[in-house]
Amino acid sequence: MKLKQLESLIGSLDQFENPKIELEQYPTGPHIASRLLYTAENSFEDVENKTVADFGCGCGTLGLAAALLGAEHVIGLDIDTDSLEIASSNATDLDLDMDFVHCNIRNLKWRDRIVDTVVMNPPFGTRRKGADMDFLFVALKVASQAVYSLHKTTTRDHVKRTALREYNAASAEVLCELRFDVPQLYKFHKKKEVDVAVDLWRFVPQKDREKHL
Amino acid sequence: MRLLTHNMLSSNIKGVTNGFPLLIEVEKVVEKQVDFNEDFLRNMFAKIEWKALVEASRTMGYTELPENSESSMLNSDEFLRKFHHALLELHLEEGALVCPETGRKFPVNKGIPNMLLHEDEV
Repeated sequence: MKLKQLESLIGSLDQFENPKIELEQYPTGPHIASRLLYTAENSFEDVENKTVADFGCGCGTLGLAAALLGAEHVIGLDIDTDSLEIASSNATDLDLDMDFVHCNIRNLKWRDRIVDTVVMNPPFGTRRKGADMDFLFVALKVASQAVYSLHKTTTRDHVKRTALREYNAASAEVLCELRFDVPQLYKFHKKKEVDVAVDLWRFVPQKDREKHL
Repeated sequence: MRLLTHNMLSSNIKGVTNGFPLLIEVEKVVEKQVDFNEDFLRNMFAKIEWKALVEASRTMGYTELPENSESSMLNSDEFLRKFHHALLELHLEEGALVCPETGRKFPVNKGIPNMLLHEDEV
């Protein structure tokens, strides 16, 4: 599938009807979503034939993009039931299979590292400090191959340091810098639209050291 | 919810030591066909908890999976197709996932399990 086609399909999805500010619900625009998944597949082969989890999936944007690029099994996880309903209907509209789990990412228990790739556009932590790092912490424990995530460019050094030193990441790379256009969604938004500089990251989890006899 | 997802999730209630596998209460099962992908199945075979998959598929009404499995079975096309069907094509649409230790039910509606914990379970 070509990037433009992917971007167009993702752009046709329904988004939050009544976004909840305390959850920092912002739609992941088709420009960013398509590029995140396209890079993950074309540069790293982390999508096609893989098991992918979308942490904080919202209306399912990243997970559905993964499915469109050939992920064999996709799971979307979110704490908000209204978003999951929209995500579910988006999946049906595109005739795609996607599982959803209504949960709190922080306390969901996984049997093992069965998920290959985690993709996410986590809350940036403007309402709940450190929310994006909480998501990253969990993602690095769940994914067996790679984690793709978006974080504000202003936090770049902090993210890298924390991922490598505290969250046991084997590597942490900024793949590119993107502009996240935040539309005027909430009452406190004064401007019609604002650009936030975000980094697209690829993290590789450290797998448990093999036990030697 | 596919049985592949069920095979990945454990009860997340505080204090539970043996939360896997979650028991399944069935109210409605839906079958959705997907393309057969041999490479994917071979990869998954090594990661799947076989007994849990067999038990879960039986609860959902599918009794074709053998009790035990070994990698030589991957040479059989028939086996692969049964594995494919159980893992990816059976969906729990309505029912519940049940913590094997506490009996606490996590309801499943429209295919989505609600794994949110109450305050005293965290």
